[in-house]
Formats: sequence, structure tokens, C-alpha cells
Amino acid sequence: MKERPDVLQGTLALMVLKTLDVLGPQHGYGVARRIEQISGDLLAVNQGTLYPLLLKLEHEGSIVSEWGASDNNRRARFYRITAAGRKQLRTETSDWERTAQIIERFFKVKAEELP
Amino acid sequence: MKFLRRFCIRLSNFATGHRSDQRLREEIAEHLAFQTDENLRAGMSPSEARRRAVLKLGAAEAIRENHHDEQSLPFVENLLQDLRFAVRMLRRSPGFAFVAITTMALGIGATTAIYSVIDATLLHPLPFPNPTELIRIQEDLSGVGAEDVGISVPEWKDFESSGIFQSLSVGGTGADVNLTGNGQPERLSFKHVTPNYFAVLGVDAQLGRTFDPHDTTPGFNLEVVISDGLWRREFGADPHILGKSLLLDNDAYHVVGVMPRGFRDLGSTSEERNTELWLAAGMAGPPFPPPLRGSRLGSRAVARMKPGLSIAAAQAHLDALVESLKKQYPADYPAQAAWTVRLIPLSESVVGGVRQSLILLFGAVGLVLLISCVNVANLLLARASIRGREIAVRQALGAQRTRLVRQFLAESLLLFVLGGIAGFAILFFARKFLLQLVPDSLPHLNDISINWGVLGFALAVSIAAGIVFGLAPAWLVSRFDLIGTIRQEGRGSSGSRERSRARQILVISELALSLVLMVAAGLLLRSFWDLFKVKPGFNPDRVMAIETWLPGPNDPAADIYRSATQESVLVREILRRSRTLPGAEEAAVGDVAALPLGHSRGELDTLPLIREGIETADNQAPEIDSPIVSPEYFQLLGMPLLRGRLFSDQDLEHTPQIAVINQAAARTYWPNQDPLGKRVRLRLESREVLISGGPDWTTIVGVIADARTESLADAAIPQIYRSVYQRPVKDLAIFLRGQLDPRAISAQVREQVQSIDPELPVFHAESLDEVLSTSLSVRRFSMEMVGFFAATALLLAGLGIYGTISYVVNEQRREIAIRLALGAQRGNILKMVLRRGLGLAAAGTGLGVAGALIVSHLMVGLLFGVSSIDLPTFAGVTVLLIIVALAASFIPALRAMRLDPITMLHSE
Repeated sequence: MKERPDVLQGTLALMVLKTLDVLGPQHGYGVARRIEQISGDLLAVNQGTLYPLLLKLEHEGSIVSEWGASDNNRRARFYRITAAGRKQLRTETSDWERTAQIIERFFKVKAEELP
Repeated sequence: MKFLRRFCIRLSNFATGHRSDQRLREEIAEHLAFQTDENLRAGMSPSEARRRAVLKLGAAEAIRENHHDEQSLPFVENLLQDLRFAVRMLRRSPGFAFVAITTMALGIGATTAIYSVIDATLLHPLPFPNPTELIRIQEDLSGVGAEDVGISVPEWKDFESSGIFQSLSVGGTGADVNLTGNGQPERLSFKHVTPNYFAVLGVDAQLGRTFDPHDTTPGFNLEVVISDGLWRREFGADPHILGKSLLLDNDAYHVVGVMPRGFRDLGSTSEERNTELWLAAGMAGPPFPPPLRGSRLGSRAVARMKPGLSIAAAQAHLDALVESLKKQYPADYPAQAAWTVRLIPLSESVVGGVRQSLILLFGAVGLVLLISCVNVANLLLARASIRGREIAVRQALGAQRTRLVRQFLAESLLLFVLGGIAGFAILFFARKFLLQLVPDSLPHLNDISINWGVLGFALAVSIAAGIVFGLAPAWLVSRFDLIGTIRQEGRGSSGSRERSRARQILVISELALSLVLMVAAGLLLRSFWDLFKVKPGFNPDRVMAIETWLPGPNDPAADIYRSATQESVLVREILRRSRTLPGAEEAAVGDVAALPLGHSRGELDTLPLIREGIETADNQAPEIDSPIVSPEYFQLLGMPLLRGRLFSDQDLEHTPQIAVINQAAARTYWPNQDPLGKRVRLRLESREVLISGGPDWTTIVGVIADARTESLADAAIPQIYRSVYQRPVKDLAIFLRGQLDPRAISAQVREQVQSIDPELPVFHAESLDEVLSTSLSVRRFSMEMVGFFAATALLLAGLGIYGTISYVVNEQRREIAIRLALGAQRGNILKMVLRRGLGLAAAGTGLGVAGALIVSHLMVGLLFGVSSIDLPTFAGVTVLLIIVALAASFIPALRAMRLDPITMLHSE
């Protein structure tokens, strides 16, 4: 099985953080659903890959987790973003925006515009 | 930071064995439940809803694996697993493990032992802060063949103010002094130094203080700093020692400080490094000569360069200064003297002559290590062919090749590291015994220790060797053709040709390396033997030398042995009484320079030789070795007179001054002339300058045969002898020949000497035979070590070739059996196998001779009387190696010959 490219791995982490930042504490399924809704087919399959990533983020201190009860009273593990995670989200967001702007400019450039 | 945090959690999970698989399982179950609910709501059937949910989640096993990897450290886990497996494999074949580990223990233990010596001597020669700033300033008058002539006070001041150095100190090279008034008079070795000496080195006293660097007393300032050893030995570590007064050569000095326990002085002789007293002096006033440019102090200058200045840059500055000084004082620096000043890193000047021997030893031991590694690599390859089926089966079951390589690497690493640890442990427990083998003359002998750095070295070498020499076998092993191997049931796998070639290359290199070592050992042995057999030109047989020291107080008027006439009373009495000692047949005296071999205090013993009508000033004159002896000296040491006459008891202070020279001096200074009757002058020793106005002319009256009294390896150097009845000396050696009792002689002589003057110490009784053998100790040490290494190498190479030939025979047993069945002569089979061995040996010796030629060329400086391409050595070693190779091949060859074809072919 082919591994996902690193870019997607990086973006997935960013998406997780953003989701938790916007929606507040979520369980794994909630995060997966939300990302699926927004990103289309990116996470349509292999939703399970989310769990190792969540563990990694937790090890890095960006998120914390604890057991809780879901809306329909199921026991589920809830993930919550930490202050460190928010900081990471901010820096990575601005990094992404800058990269995106540069790439966008490159795509717009036409041959005749170059000196 | 984040990475670190993540790593720490993973590490702690790994260490504690913490697993949260349960949590993942629950989370996944929840996830599936949520998704199934969702799918049901979308109108799917329950089974379909469940199926879709599982599909969407993805491969649960892969997720669990990723999750697990994230939780722990998979690399380390695999490594541990490999190591556990490796341990099991080794325990299953203890014979192999034992041989491999012992071989590596030998290689790594020997390398580490030599490294510990190098660590103490070459790598950490200076236990001072910022040691790279420390340099020695050496002055040469190369025009008159004089090296290291010492510095004069005006030059010292010039250098000090040149801006090149932070600070500059001048120190003597060590001398004797008598400590009296404290029971038995004791002779101690002292050094006179400028007051800033310790400040330049950057060491402080453990008790009290060192000298005040700004002290400007021209002569001795009557302060003394003592060594820790002296403090403990003589004063019982008295904490109130400070301020106490010591009577040294009848002058009272008060103790101002005690140096720390580890402090050792600089110097190339162990005598000098064991200096026990330091006296501070400005060296510009009595008893030192007047501070003139030409009055060299016979001292060494040690300086600390300005930080950041390279030696080359400092040398360039200094050269410019030297040039301008030469222009300014042409009379003091005549062109023919060619005055130059060199900066030498202090570390280099301390280690001195043993560097070459140590590098040779390290090279030799490196070769032994290489051979042991090759041998173990060979064993690993041999084992791999036995395990061919196991590997093939594992590959067939889907083991990845990198995984197999890693596992084999883990096995070889384990072997090498175990070997390294074993070697280090042996070294650690045998260190006391091994240190006894090291000659005393080695600098920093006491600093040699088996410390953490040495352990680190041993481990690093084991791991590096394990990776380098484990990788190749692992790689070859993993390249099995698995179908072929399984089908043939390991009878002879197709990968084996490659492996057998690898083994042959390994054996050939082993043979070549051992040949190099054996040639080195052979050349050293021959050099040593020649040195041992060389005629020294004097007869050391049954001669003992015992030293004493006559005090020389700072005020010459207080010196009771000031003139030769005063001293001759003592000398004659010592000689008379010595002859009455039990067993004594002959007696003579001389100064320390007259003691043959290794007793001179270095180059500073020489004096400028001014020949009448040729030289007019000290600084133009060639330097010559100038011992002072009593008339009986030549007779006692068996140095024959060739021309003229020797000293007689009638040549006294007030009769014409006379001298005897050796042939080398006659040849060098009066070529094609008759030296008899020629007149010379020698610069006066510092202490005498104040006594007499100017030196008288000395007439040469005799020529004696050359003797190797300086070094056995050097042909005689020019020497001029003067009589003790005309020249007073302070350092007196008493020579005795006869059936003496070496244990009692010290006490006997002491009793006699002290019954004449109870203030005189008597020390250092040695037989000249001992002196002779000590002078060869470093050579003997390196010869024995290299010889031992060479023998080890030969043994390992023999084992290597035995193993390889056995393996070849084993591989070809079917072929041999068929040949035998078809009627081949058994003798031919024997020849065939032996030819294989001979082929390997020939290739190995060919390569080895080429390598040995290079190595022996590098060793020229260590050889004596034997050429670096000495044919008998090369031929003898080659023959020996081939004989060993043939003998090692003979056993498997016999086995091949005795093969029973019927049984063999049946069993296949």
C-alpha cells in the first residue's frame, strides 16, 4: 500500500487542529466527519489513519484527550486543542497562506510578463 | 522542542512497556459504531452499514501498527529483537562464539592498551590550561653545530617585550642540590626558574603560593616551592610547612608553597620530570653570570603565546626580531654562528623521542586488530554457509533483505562488542602487570590509566569494526539464491562461489598484513640484536657507579670545595677508601657527564671549544662534550690510549692545564693534523665565572679510542676530557670495579664518604650493565611488543588459512569423492589441496612484501645497523609464513585425502 505523501500528512494535522479549534472538543469520529465534509474525498477512505496522527499530536502536546460521553450517550474519547496547539495552528496557518500566495503568483505569471 | 517531547514520551512508553492498544481498540469500536449508525440512518441494511463502515475506516491492522509505532520506538524495538535473536544464535554455537569473541578481545584489548599509553603521552601531554598556547623557545647556533644553546638574559627581555608572548619564563633543566640539617643528608633534584614560571604554565600551589611573578630579585630570592611527593615523604604532609626553612647546599630557603599531587615538571628525562624543588631567581645576579648577550644561561625558555596567534605567525614575528637584533649587535651574533630561534609546541618538546616508537606500536597493533577483524569476518562467512538453509527458508517466508542484513549485522555487532568488552576487562584487570612491562624512561608513565576515555575508545572501535566487518558478510549472506539453496539442501549453494572468493580475499589480506608485521618485528629484532652486540668501546663489566653531590652555596666564599685543590683532598680520600671496600679492585671518579649512556642532562652539558688561532669568541666556537674525570677513569673503563699520555696524579691546579680528547674530536677539529700539543679554551661553567679572571689555555696531551658513551646507536661523538684535579666539579660519580655486592654498595660507599664529610649524600648506585640495558629499554619494549603482535598475527593468519582450506575441502567433498572413485591417486588429492593453500600464501606474501617495503621505509629512524630492505629478514619471514600456511593447509588436505568415496557418495 502506498503511503500518503508527506504534504497531505502535514495538512491533515493542520486540519485536525483547525477543526478542534473551531468546533471545540470532539471525538475521533467527529473530527473525521468534519474533515470529510470539508475536504471531500481526502478522508473518505482510511479514516483510521487519523488515530495514529491524533496520538502523535497528543505526544507533541498540541492536543489533550480524555474519555467522555457523546451526544447519544456513548463512551468516546474527546480531543481538545491546547494553548501550544493554538500557537502551532497560528504559525502553520500563516506559513500555509504565505506558501499558497507564492504558488498562486507563480501560476498566474505569464511568459510575456517576465522581464 | 516538540520533537523532544514526543521522543521522551515514546522513550518512556518503550522503557516502561506501556501500551494503549486497548484505548485504540475502543476508539475504533466507537468510530465504527458511529459510522454504522450514520449509514443505517441513510437507509442501508444493517450488514451493509457495518461493511461500509469497516471499509471506510481502512485496514485496521495497518492502523494499529502505525499507532503502535507512534507509541514506541520501532527501530530500537527491532534492534532489541535482533539482539535477542543474536544471543540465542550465539548460545547455540558456543565454540564459534568463544573463538570469535576471544579473537576480538585480543585485537581490541591490545589496541586499547596501546591507545591508553598514547592517550597519556601524545594526546594529553600537557596538563595545563590552554596547552596549545604554550611553546618552547629553542635557540640554535647551527653555524657552529650547536643546538639548543639556551637563552641569555638580554634576549629573554627582548622576547618578552616583543608583543608575541603573553608571558615568558626561563627555567633550568634540573640539577642536584643537597638538603641537609634534617637527619641524613639527601640529594634532591631542583630546578631554578624565573618567578613567573608557574604563572606561565597556569598552575597554582595546593598549599601556600607559588612565586610572585613580579619579583625582580636578580639572584635566588631564597623562596622554595616543593613537590607534593617531597612534602609527604620528607615532611609527613606537615600542614605547617609554610615558612619553614630548608638548608639547600648550605643556603637557607623558606618554603612558600606545595605543588598539587598531580603536578609534574616539564622535561624529556624522568629525572627532570621528578623535580622536587623549585627555586626562583632573576638569573641576572650572583651566582649567575653577568647578564650579557653572550652568557647563555643553559636554561629553557617556555612561553605562552598571545591568544589566537598561530605558531607560524609568532615564528614570523620572531624571525623579524632576530634579524633586527643581529643587525643591532653584530659582535654578539656573528654571521658564522647563524643564530636562529625556533618556536616548538611545548607538547612536542615534552614527548620527544618516543613519539616514533609509539606511532610504530599503534600501527602494529592496528594491524593486529585488522587481522582479528578479518578473521572474525571469515568465521562469520563460514557460519553463513552452514546457515544457508535457514536464511533461504526465512527469505521464502517473506523476510525482507534489509531486515536480514540488519539481523546479521546485529549478530556481528554483538560479537564485536562482547569481544571489545572482554578485551577491555582483561586489560583493566591486568593493568598493574602490563604497566610493569612499560620502560621507566617513557614520559608520563604515571599518567597512564585505564579511564572512561579509554573505555569509550574500546567501545567505539568495537562498534566501528563490527559495522565495517559485519556488513560485508551480512550483505553476501543475504544474496542467497533461495530456490537453488533449498533445492540442493545446502550442499553447495550458488551464492557460495562469491562467498568463497570473499573468504579467499580475506585470507590473502590476513597473510599480507601479518607479513608486514613480521617484517617490522624482524627488522626491529635485528636492530636490537646489533645494538646489543655493538662494541661500546668501554668495558661495563662488573663496574658500578654511585653518585654524590658537593654543595655549591650561592656565596662562593662559603664553598669548601671551591677550588680543585680543595676538592682533590676529598677526591683522593674517597678513592683511597673506596679501594678498601670488600671486592673493590679499582676506583675512579668523574662528573655526571662522564657516566656512560643516558646520564647527561641533555645538550646543555656541552661547552664551546675555542681552538687557538681559529676561534676568538664563545659564540663562534663549536660545542663539545666535556667530561671531567680522575686519572684512573680510562683504565677502569678500558678505554685505550692511542697517542700521547693520560692524566697523572702530578697534573694539578697550578701545573699546566691539560686535556685528553677522543679520536672523533681529533678527526673533527684537527683533521689531518696532530692534535697533540694543540691549545684550546673551554667556556667556563657559570658558577666559576666569578672565581677566576679568565680561562687559561689547555693543552691536549693524549688521544683515546672512541667509545659509544653517549648512545649505543650513535658512533662516538667528539669529547674532551679534563682532570678532576684541575677542574673542580659538583656532580661527582664514583666508579668501582670488582666483585661488588650491588645491594650493599650504596650503604658501604655512603659510610665511607660520610666519614669524610657527613654532609654529603650518596645516591643512585647502578651497575653499568644495568645502565646499558636501560638505555635500550624503549627499543626493547617496542621490539617485544611488535614481536608479540607479529606472533599473534601469524597465529591468526594460520587459523584463517586453516579455516578457509577446510571450508574449500568441505565444499568440494563430493568432487573429491568422485575423483577418488574414478581412481585418482590420494597423493594427487593431497597435492591439489596443498596447492590451494600455497596459492593463497603466495598471493598474500606478494602483497605483504609490497606493504612491508613501504612500512620498513617509514621505520628507518628506528633501525640500527640493518637496511630497511634487509634481504635475510624479508626472505626469512616469507619462508616462515609459507611454512605456516602449508602446515595449516596440511590438516584439511589430509582429511581430503582420507575421504572414503563410498560413504561420502552414499550419504549424498
